[in-house]
Amino acid sequence: MEKFGYVAMLLFTICGSFWLEVVLKVGVLRRWRQAASSILPIAMIFIGWDAYAIKRGHWFFDRDQILGIFGPFGIPLEEYLFFIIVPMAALMTIEAVVKVKPHWGRR
Amino acid sequence: MTYTALAITGVFFAITVDLWVARTRLLTTKRFWTSYAIILPFQLLTNWWLTSRNIVMYSPDAIVGVRIASAPMEDLAFGFALILLVLILWDKPER
Repeated sequence: MEKFGYVAMLLFTICGSFWLEVVLKVGVLRRWRQAASSILPIAMIFIGWDAYAIKRGHWFFDRDQILGIFGPFGIPLEEYLFFIIVPMAALMTIEAVVKVKPHWGRR
Repeated sequence: MTYTALAITGVFFAITVDLWVARTRLLTTKRFWTSYAIILPFQLLTNWWLTSRNIVMYSPDAIVGVRIASAPMEDLAFGFALILLVLILWDKPER
């Protein structure tokens, strides 16, 4: 179970945000193209940052608490997913806020 | 550059893009700050999980050393920049 330590955080974030799709119908998943074009360019910048930080030893991971699958730049799979799941949660959050307070949506 | 320097740079970059480059001006909206107020406690909680269990560890040389809920304060800046930049791109096409 220990190796799911980081994955657990990602699942928690998904559970904490994706219910907004069902209950408030925020429609972020429906607009997946727009979501992808908002998330992926920024995710690339942060993956670059991550690669630099790992290379320079700014931060490092407990190999027992990650799945042990590594992508390019020696970055753990969980990190790649982090840069998709966390922004997704942020998009769902702001869309939920606009759903509840429509007059805050546009200036 | 240290994590501290990069984190500060990231926040200033995101603010600059929002206010003067993309001109989304999310930082002047209630919807951004309300969203951030919702996201922040979750960030503190998930950061606490990752750092208190030593899933992610930091070099003492790369950070100032001030920790909030077990995570380096630089993480808050990192998260702020990440979220603001994604929301800028999300916001832009609808203007």
